[in-house]
Amino acid sequence: MSKKRIIVVGNGMVGHNFINTLATSDYASQLELITFSEEPRLAYDRVQLSKYFSGATAEDLALTTTAEYDDLGVNYIMSDKVVGIDADNKTITTANGRVEGYDKLVLATGSYPFVPPIPGKDQDHCLVYRTIEDLEAINASAAVSKTGVVVGGGLLGLEAANALKAAGLDTHVVEFAPRLMAVQLDEGGGKLLRHKIESLGVSVHTEKNTKEIVAGEECRYRMNFADGSYLETDMILFSAGIRPQDELARQFGLDLGERGGIVINDFCQTSDENIYAIGECALWDNKIFGLVAPGYQMAKVTADHIVNTLLTLEEPKMAFQGADMSTKLKLLGVDVASIGDAHGHTAGAQSFVFSDDLEEVYKRLIVSADGKKLIGAVLVGDTESYGTLLQLMLNDMDIPGNPAALILPAMGDAEPVGLGVSALPETAQICSCFDVTKGDISGAVQGGCCTMGDIKDATKASTGCGGCAALVKQVMEAELEAMGVEVDHSLCEHFAYTRTELADIVRVKGYTTFEEIMESHGKGHGCEICKPTIGSILASYQNEYVLKDHLMPLQDTNDIFLGNMQKDGTYSIVPRVPGGEITPDKLIAIGEVAKEYDLYTKITGGQRIDLFGAQLHELPAIWKKLIDAGLETGQAYGKSVRTVKSCVGSTWCRYGVLDSVSMAVAIEERYKGMRSPHKLKFAVSGCTRECAEAQSKDIGVIATETGWNLYVCGNGGMRPRHADLFATDLDDETLIKYIDRVLMFYVRTADRLQRTSVWLENLEGGLDYLKDVVINDKLGICSELEDEMTKIVSTFQCEWKTTIENPEKLKRFKHFVNADQEDNNLLYVRERGQRRPATEDERIALTDVTVAE
Amino acid sequence: MTNWTSVCPLTDLTPDTGVCALVGGKQVAVFRYGAGETVYAISNYDPFGKANVLSRGIVGSIGERPVVASPLYKQHFDLSSGECLEDADKAIESFAVRIENGVVEVAASA
Ligand code: SRM
Ligand SMILES: Cc1cc2nc3c(=O)[nH]c(=O)nc-3n(C[C@H](O)[C@H](O)[C@H](O)COP(=O)(O)OP(=O)(O)OC[C@H]3O[C@@H](n4cnc5c(N)ncnc54)[C@H](O)[C@@H]3O)c2cc1C
Ligand code: SF4
Ligand code: FES
Repeated sequence: MSKKRIIVVGNGMVGHNFINTLATSDYASQLELITFSEEPRLAYDRVQLSKYFSGATAEDLALTTTAEYDDLGVNYIMSDKVVGIDADNKTITTANGRVEGYDKLVLATGSYPFVPPIPGKDQDHCLVYRTIEDLEAINASAAVSKTGVVVGGGLLGLEAANALKAAGLDTHVVEFAPRLMAVQLDEGGGKLLRHKIESLGVSVHTEKNTKEIVAGEECRYRMNFADGSYLETDMILFSAGIRPQDELARQFGLDLGERGGIVINDFCQTSDENIYAIGECALWDNKIFGLVAPGYQMAKVTADHIVNTLLTLEEPKMAFQGADMSTKLKLLGVDVASIGDAHGHTAGAQSFVFSDDLEEVYKRLIVSADGKKLIGAVLVGDTESYGTLLQLMLNDMDIPGNPAALILPAMGDAEPVGLGVSALPETAQICSCFDVTKGDISGAVQGGCCTMGDIKDATKASTGCGGCAALVKQVMEAELEAMGVEVDHSLCEHFAYTRTELADIVRVKGYTTFEEIMESHGKGHGCEICKPTIGSILASYQNEYVLKDHLMPLQDTNDIFLGNMQKDGTYSIVPRVPGGEITPDKLIAIGEVAKEYDLYTKITGGQRIDLFGAQLHELPAIWKKLIDAGLETGQAYGKSVRTVKSCVGSTWCRYGVLDSVSMAVAIEERYKGMRSPHKLKFAVSGCTRECAEAQSKDIGVIATETGWNLYVCGNGGMRPRHADLFATDLDDETLIKYIDRVLMFYVRTADRLQRTSVWLENLEGGLDYLKDVVINDKLGICSELEDEMTKIVSTFQCEWKTTIENPEKLKRFKHFVNADQEDNNLLYVRERGQRRPATEDERIALTDVTVAE
Repeated sequence: MTNWTSVCPLTDLTPDTGVCALVGGKQVAVFRYGAGETVYAISNYDPFGKANVLSRGIVGSIGERPVVASPLYKQHFDLSSGECLEDADKAIESFAVRIENGVVEVAASA
């Protein structure tokens, strides 16, 4: 039997998905697949198009290669457009004059950007955003522009604005509607999104109808709006929506929708039974689906229909039933999600709104009249609950408890309302990009998959937009646990233990070297994850000099040379300034060293002074001078105790009730040098005005009329967390005792690189449990914890002092072991009276000069 | 004929650490792998961080391959070939290395 010929017009995301489905199916050998692409390349990932601006190349975005199509026996013709269909004779014609016959024809021609008919829209720097060629044009234009305007404040428009912003342009978004993302968001959501985007420096202009584009005065163009206002810009990017590419169907008599789009039935057949349309060009139930997931679903249905009508002659097994258009995205760094009926158009729908102006979070839930089912949602600023909400809606599940609880932040001890993955039916679609259900993932796990990598290979779940990753992982882990397989929490490929388990092993067995631990509990040669982890555990329990021969290979980037490595390979120097208190003499000593070595000098955020730009060979001499002046290492390089910030307190301040500086100095002296799972920061304030910001620290102490209040597990940085009040009105001794215990319990049980804030959040039983362990000695380990701390306190040494007294160790503080030269790659320029590393551009300029000399 | 440049006595190389040597005008990172006589030499230049720092990275293994992790952004380089495990396009030069009379020596070209 001769092969059946299938021609696919358009090799975009959906056309390719269709081809791939058939070419890798059992029927591949009975089919001849031919695809035409108008673009000069095969399919690429349009969804990730914006990554092109952050460095992804056309190859990175490619969904396939010519070699892969060759292997699969797929015929492809690129840079040739199909211009004619002869449905009676079942042939197509291309722009280059090629004529090919088909048994079945699939139109996957996608869509094109709509450019409103504004006079002046066809000028050089008026562009669109759809193909790789478009992006090349945008790049070229951005390079010669200062200001850019995106016309259209929808999903794509905001993505385009992000690209212009990243290219360094003064960026504006001009929207016709009264709010951004009008299709997906309600008024409240749109307002918050606008506020967030404006605070990122993108100007938003709503309700602007562009009348014409004329020559500008300040910039290349001026856009005149209907309301008489105008905006000047050097380039314009149109993102005012898409239109189905239905030109072929229009010319050759296939049924179209009123506003365009090729009409299809549930099997994706057009008005000619041998011609199908899939993806963004197709109109089903009067709807166009502008997302890939529904397109992929159509591709599946069409493949099934073609195989069954052409080859097996059986009933088709699938039908297209519409698709959910819920989306979750990060636009200009802002999390946004829209689910189902976001506008509450359903009859009788009720809504719940949660809005927090401080945290900039807006959430709205639309529920059915009886309050039992979720029918829509809008989330801006916090989309963590997207997965849960989407599943509730898609699976028509009853809302557990009070609907409001779904969007309210967790208060106090209350557990946040989640939806255990076990509650989901097997048919629940977890990954919509690739239509992967919970059952598919469970099946893959039963088939032997046990990592996210395996699952991605086996099911493709989470390889599209990535929005489903968290849920996929939960389903996988739940299934693994149900099978009795222990979920892999291994530290790395060398140790099948968590950091907490390794800490227990080291403590109980009293190990003192990496080799012993590797021999008894690990395999291989170690890596940059397990070595520093074990190095840190050993330091927490043994507190030996970290550059001892057997410990040195375990030390991370900064610890191994006792300084923070900077971007050019030089180091910074931070002497300890306990409590932020420093004598003028010490200040002068620091200043003199900085001057002698021409070090860039800055006051840090931790109340001390950082000197940058020292080369390896300079470190020992610099530290010798500092130590001679009575200073000590500040361990800014270690995962260890950093600073204890203080306020001036009762000694000078008219409000101070206790001597906060003395307490801060005492605390810093006690815990200095202590290495821990992550860095530790403390602060002591002299009264409740809290000038030392103690409530943002791992350990915070605040003076009251009746004693010290102790706060624990606060965090600044990436995810700020207010510290929790742990105990009140403590005397000095009890305060220190509690801190000792909290810290050593943290050392014992925390994960690698887990700050105390995250540790507490993950500690079963939370704050109450921690209080029980530390205050009531629930586990009976308090005296052990105190002994461990006593050992650390009594074995402190200034690592730099030990190092400069040890000639063997000093040998390593040279750029070359076998020569006295310096690194010839270092290049500096002066700015505001100080030295800093040259930028990439400056380097080129500076090197050219040297060559010319 | 190969030109060998002396780096340092093997005993100056702490097991599982590296040093940087100047070999024929090039910056070469020389590593001692384990406590024995296994030594490797690759370029000292980190093509990601664009700085001469690889000799200061942590030595270990990925699967069977001996590697160093860059101290800047932690990409892995195969000590025996200079191959980058994360990005095949970013391979770096590797050098022949030997121990003669207890002294580590590197050849300027492999
Ligand atoms: C120098 C300094 C900035 C400054 O110029 O002021 C600084 C500089 C660095 N910080 Fe910081 N941080 C500095 C104060 C802070 C503060 C403010 C404070 O301590 O009061 C914070 C927020 C408070 C907090 O940590 O809770 C801070 C939050 C971070 C974070 C985020 C930690 C988090 O849990 O979210 C990192 C990244 C990390 O540790 O993983 C970081 C990491 C770094 C590193 C180590 C990044 C690196 O690996 O190269 C920087 C190198 C320092 C160097 O080369 O010497 N730095 N960093 C400050 C040194 C303080 C000191 O005297 O030791
Ligand atoms: C910047 C951007 C971001 C996006 N983000 C998302 C997202 O986050 N999530 C999501 O689900 N979707 C997203 N989309 C939409 C998604 O890319 C589309 O839904 C998807 O590409 C549609 O696939 P398609 O095959 O129907 O059309 P296309 O991918 O457009 O492919 C159609 C192809 O057919 C070719 N063609 C047309 N006519 C002819 C002809 N006569 N002869 C030969 N070839 C022809 C076209 O040149 C094109 O190559 C995004 C789109 C863009 C542009
Ligand atoms: S916290 Fe209190 S004591 Fe300290 S400086 Fe502020 S007002 Fe004064
Ligand atoms: S939902 Fe997009 S990758 Fe799974």
